[in-house]
Amino acid sequence: MTEPLLQLRHLSKFFVVERSLLGRTISVLKAVDDLSFDIMPGETFGLVGESGCGKTTVGKMLVNLYRPTAGRILYQGTDLTGLPARERRRYCRDIQLIFQDPYASLNPRMTVGDIVAEPIRVNRLLPRDKVDDRVGYLFNAVGLSANYRNRFPHEFSGGQRQRVGIARALAMEPKLIVCDEPVSALDVSVQAQVLNLLAELSVQFGLTYLFIAHGLNVVKHVSDRVGVMYLGRLVEVAPKRDLYRNPLHPYTKALLSAIPVTNPAQRRTRILLEGDVSSPIDPAPGCRFAGRCYAKTGCAGCACDTQLPELVEVSPGHFVACYLHPAVG
Amino acid sequence: MTGVPPGEPMTVTAGPAGTAAACAAEARGVAEPPPKGGHGEAGLLLQVRGLSTDFAMKKGTVHAVIDVSFSVREGEVLAIVGESGSGKSVAALSVLGLLQPPGRCVAGEVLYKGRDLLKLPKGEMRDIRGNHISMIFQEPMTSLNPVFTIEDQLTESIRLHLKLDRRAAVKRAVEMLRLVGIPSPEKRIKDYPHQMSGGMRQRVMTAMALSCDPDLLIADEPTTALDVTIQAQILALISDLRDKIGMAVILITHDLGVVAETADRVIVMYCGQVVEEATTEQLFERPLHPYTLGLLRSIPTMEDTEATEPLYMIRGMVPNPLHLPRGCAFAPRCDRRRARCAAEQPALIEVEGRKLRCFLFEPGCNQAATALSPESAQAGGAVRRADSEVAP
Ligand SMILES: Nc1ncnc2c1ncn2[C@@H]1O[C@H](COP(=O)(O)OP(=O)(O)OP(=O)(O)O)[C@@H](O)[C@H]1O
Ligand SMILES: Nc1ncnc2c1ncn2[C@@H]1O[C@H](COP(=O)(O)OP(=O)(O)OP(=O)(O)O)[C@@H](O)[C@H]1O
Ligand code: SF4
Ligand SMILES: [Mg+2]
Ligand SMILES: [Mg+2]
Repeated sequence: MTEPLLQLRHLSKFFVVERSLLGRTISVLKAVDDLSFDIMPGETFGLVGESGCGKTTVGKMLVNLYRPTAGRILYQGTDLTGLPARERRRYCRDIQLIFQDPYASLNPRMTVGDIVAEPIRVNRLLPRDKVDDRVGYLFNAVGLSANYRNRFPHEFSGGQRQRVGIARALAMEPKLIVCDEPVSALDVSVQAQVLNLLAELSVQFGLTYLFIAHGLNVVKHVSDRVGVMYLGRLVEVAPKRDLYRNPLHPYTKALLSAIPVTNPAQRRTRILLEGDVSSPIDPAPGCRFAGRCYAKTGCAGCACDTQLPELVEVSPGHFVACYLHPAVG
Repeated sequence: MTGVPPGEPMTVTAGPAGTAAACAAEARGVAEPPPKGGHGEAGLLLQVRGLSTDFAMKKGTVHAVIDVSFSVREGEVLAIVGESGSGKSVAALSVLGLLQPPGRCVAGEVLYKGRDLLKLPKGEMRDIRGNHISMIFQEPMTSLNPVFTIEDQLTESIRLHLKLDRRAAVKRAVEMLRLVGIPSPEKRIKDYPHQMSGGMRQRVMTAMALSCDPDLLIADEPTTALDVTIQAQILALISDLRDKIGMAVILITHDLGVVAETADRVIVMYCGQVVEEATTEQLFERPLHPYTLGLLRSIPTMEDTEATEPLYMIRGMVPNPLHLPRGCAFAPRCDRRRARCAAEQPALIEVEGRKLRCFLFEPGCNQAATALSPESAQAGGAVRRADSEVAP
């Protein structure tokens, strides 16, 4: 059996947000709370959920921008969280991040050629005289003319900037790329171009992706397996087809039903959720979704409001954290 | 779907004779009868004709909106769809007289119940904006004032437009907040905008826009910044209000899924121009313009398939607005273009009761049959019919 490329085990990230003037009462924002899943080599794992549910925080922990509060990140079997800072950095090359916002993530004062060359130079990946060739090659790989290398980011459209960001990530020759909503800011026609490019690159460079998005149709298109997050927790993980055909968690069902589709044949009966996502600061005990859950009454006397449901494998590869499922609890 | 009121000048029934005649007339450009005095056509609320808006910049002039015409009937939801920069917001701002310099309406009329809003004195226009047409802006945060509470902002506009005293205005404001689904509105009304989530702010904006019982709501990307579950709530709310108070809506969006589920009729914009207008059913059953077709095919589907094929791509990019192509604006990206497309501008013509800006559909052009989505046999049949009707 192939080993997972990446294993997350009980990964958590809490932020302390002090609210009282004297700083005595401390509130904790549970951005990511006890997350566990695996990513297999070569697969695309889609991570979806609404704004603020902790997707970016997961990505930032993987690329060492945040230090986990608890839990482990095993990369090819090595526990990255236990490593001293210097050794941890050695693994940074293997896991790269493509940012959500193609406008904010590129240094406006550098030419795009330098932006792509920088990681190669800083990490001395190649002898100096080879860097230029490599940048040309990378520009080519992401579908940008190498003639553009002396231009500045503001001269490019959103889609082109996202290509520059992808070339920069590829420069490190990573194994895993965390794509943090790489197409959310783009128009559909450009989105299609970037999604196709990412698919081609994964074949060409043997890449594995953690693909973060809030658009379920995009995630469906790119992913092999999908994890659904709600307020810092994973509520469901399943192979793509299982998730879309047979969603088990009430939140997943609502989310799938809310996507506006152009083909009436694909329309699901809409489940309108009441209210807003609640705050991740000092969350109430119980299921994080309980406040908006429309299915809760179905399990009278259950632990929805008092105890967090665990993520349980209810059929091969299909995990859910909801007491409505008899295996959970 | 809204029925077609008799006497609506823009609509030609899809019959062989009607279509052919219409196309012959339309080949010279969309011909509309001159505006009538008084209240115009029955049921017609807003008629925009030949609207053009420019931005004169140092580097040149941006023609942000070019000869745009559309109409909205009472109680109808008209969607304006198009990618970023296609002129949707500028068109809406032009209609409401809210353009900021260097933006300037250079041509056209905006007839609201028969009166041309572009010629109205400022004071009267303000009255229209407060009492008849309201707008939800694209950026909820920038259109709520951060230093005033929701109560201050809501009651101010209510008092101004409905001439209520303070207490009655607060009561109405609370009612409106409840209507848009803000929990415990008596308490939340004391909040400042930053104390609310994006979804709540959008709902406050909606409440504000609706508080004066408008006949027409212009909603500019009312849900783009929101999560899908919240988007579903807001869209349901807008549809609901349309049904309850008979308000008409111009819904601006770039999401074709939202259009399909919310609108009665659609105009598709590209580079400041209308390239296709159709009922929602027509558009999604049988998109005709190569750009509309390309857009629809670029969206990842929710179809139940395992195979992940590459998405259809519209090649290239939207042209620089300062250097629009000489011929059809879409020609450089169009996979069905002919020599003529790069040289001449196609006019907006009528085909089977819908409108298209594309040479493929002009009478005499025998290319219409190729302009169909190949994957749909049903569409193929339908278009062949159109072709034989249109071709002389
Ligand atoms: N550095 C930080 N300090 C305090 N709180 C933070 C920090 N970074 C993130 N958070 C909080 O953690 C939660 C999760 O944020 P995160 O950015 O991971 O969400 P997300 O799922 O990526 O959302 P989006 O879809 O909007 O990008 C949010 O409530 C956010 O406010
Ligand atoms: N204040 C301005 N000065 C100069 N040009 C402008 C200004 N506002 C808009 N434009 C130009 O007008 C054109 C249409 O812009 P508009 O904002 O209407 O697009 P849109 O369709 O609403 O796009 P989006 O989906 O991004 O909101 C664009 O080319 C834009 O650059
Ligand atoms: S655990 Fe309970 S509250 Fe949570 S989703 Fe399931 S039914 Fe709803
Ligand atoms: Mg994020
Ligand atoms: Mg806009």
